[in-house]
Amino acid sequence: MSLLKTIETGLSSLLGHRLRSVLTTLGILFGVAAVIATVGIGQASSDSVTARITSLGTNLLTITAGSSVSAGVFGGAGSANTLSMSDVQGLQDRESAPDIAAVAPVSQGRATLVDGSTNWSTTVSGSTGGWLVTNTRTMVSGTFFNANDVATRTQVIVLGSTTAANLGAGVGDIVLVKQIPFQVIGILASAGSQGFGNQDDLAVVPFTTAQDELFGGGVQRILLSATSASTIGSAYLEANQILLQTHHITNPSQADFTITTQTQVLSTAQAVTQTLTILLASVAAISLLVGGIGVMNIMLVSVTERTSEIGLRKALGATPVDLFRQFVIEAGMLTALGGLLGVATGLAVGYVVPRAANIAVHITPLPVIVAVAVAVAVGLVFGVYPALRAARLAPIEALRAQ
Amino acid sequence: MASSDELIHLESITKVYGSGDGAVAALQEFTLTVATGESLAVMGPSGSGKSTLMNILGCLDTPTSGRYWFAGQDVSRLNETELAHVRNRRIGFVFQQFQLLPKLSAWRNVELPLLYRNVRDRRGLALKALEQVGLSNRVNHRPSQLSGGQQQRVAIARALVTNPDLILADEPTGNLDTASSRDVLAVIRELNEQGRTIIIITHDPEVAPVAKRTVHVRDGRLVAQVAA
Repeated sequence: MSLLKTIETGLSSLLGHRLRSVLTTLGILFGVAAVIATVGIGQASSDSVTARITSLGTNLLTITAGSSVSAGVFGGAGSANTLSMSDVQGLQDRESAPDIAAVAPVSQGRATLVDGSTNWSTTVSGSTGGWLVTNTRTMVSGTFFNANDVATRTQVIVLGSTTAANLGAGVGDIVLVKQIPFQVIGILASAGSQGFGNQDDLAVVPFTTAQDELFGGGVQRILLSATSASTIGSAYLEANQILLQTHHITNPSQADFTITTQTQVLSTAQAVTQTLTILLASVAAISLLVGGIGVMNIMLVSVTERTSEIGLRKALGATPVDLFRQFVIEAGMLTALGGLLGVATGLAVGYVVPRAANIAVHITPLPVIVAVAVAVAVGLVFGVYPALRAARLAPIEALRAQ
Repeated sequence: MASSDELIHLESITKVYGSGDGAVAALQEFTLTVATGESLAVMGPSGSGKSTLMNILGCLDTPTSGRYWFAGQDVSRLNETELAHVRNRRIGFVFQQFQLLPKLSAWRNVELPLLYRNVRDRRGLALKALEQVGLSNRVNHRPSQLSGGQQQRVAIARALVTNPDLILADEPTGNLDTASSRDVLAVIRELNEQGRTIIIITHDPEVAPVAKRTVHVRDGRLVAQVAA
């Protein structure tokens, strides 16, 4: 039988059982749509994590205190307070650290800012002039505090654009932090909401002021900026060397600090999102597989139901190959249709979800093609067994079945 | 070897179903010759082996032993695909249950065997076959819209459409009333008169006279031959 005629016959048989065909198709449809949507969401979150981290500046290195290992218990990075201002001074030494462009200690806490009758809770960081450089930020108005402000513990504050807007504060205003008056001397240019938290919702005060008036304690982390992206490696080694020296540590494996580069953070974050994407896609793939089993089930029912038709066709001269092709093509058509409708549904999800639920979906062609190919392959594979059953039926017995 | 005007030559055909103690010989050392253009009725009660004979004659089944020559070709050792080709090109079947596909119109049913070979103008051939059985005015009717006799005539048209060497009818009137039976038998007789070889398998003594020769089967053996 010609291929065209086989397809036509298959089509009319599928149309003869419309509800059943639609339900079978649904299994594949949801499988394909789920694969496309989950991979799309995974792709989007991976993109956004990459963008967030890149926006922090690729020249950035972060030194955190710890990790402290005491009696085999991992305390977690930052749990041991080992960083100090003398580390910062050591790292600022141009001779032993020629590849480090800027250094900024950070001590951070949450505090409520009050401007007149308005108050706003945000993250307040104590730092030095190096903060602006290491975070690759710029000012939209006013100025950032300088080394003199840090040295003299001036009560000045620089606000992120969101914070300033929420407080209704401008340059020259006085805001209260923990009842202590700070003068607003600058507003940061917006960096977008990309970042771990909103990068425009923050406040920065001189490190010494923060230490004395707000949070006390020492240096939580030190931000370093390498002179360029290509000197990150040597900046890393220099910083490591200096801190080992100032901390009097001879064995580098016992270092009481951790230096991370943005590239490390980036690859870790990407690995995490990739794992999540694979996990989600696997669940979706399982639903596709279940859909395929549904196709096989329906094809087996169809073969049983049409036993006498198969017998008749055999008597009239259909060869085993003819019948095999007939049923495989029917299964293939079911899944191909399900696959195409699944693509449409997946694309629709990709259109609706970002608008309805504020979840980004980034659909790329590859998963779409793979999902459809897998759907059709599933149909062909799961159609083979029922088709073989049809092809192997003995014509007399098949004819006798009524 | 079969001579040229012999369409069918069965030689010592034995068909055994099952194996060991449960083995049943449905046909034993069965020998039969049918000439081209002949009409033959095979009679016997149920269980006599006539259905097995019909399956073997129709190339729907292969014998356990013995030889079967069809138009000079030994078809007793062919594989399933080769048998399918023989059925498609040389044999037209008429079944007791009509075996029409309920979702297809009359002409689509008649067209079926042509789908399994490369034929152009299937519709034209199907319409011609329907005309031969007097159903030109029913080509687009579905089986459910036709009477039993009409359905069986559609089935005969389907058997005719490939212009086969043999028409094999298995109890063709088994499901029909007297008047329809008469119609269908008339069509079959007419086909034979046009020179087509016909074999009718039946247990009905009223059907057998349609054929010029009758053979009786009992317990898997040929017991009597009667020429009309």
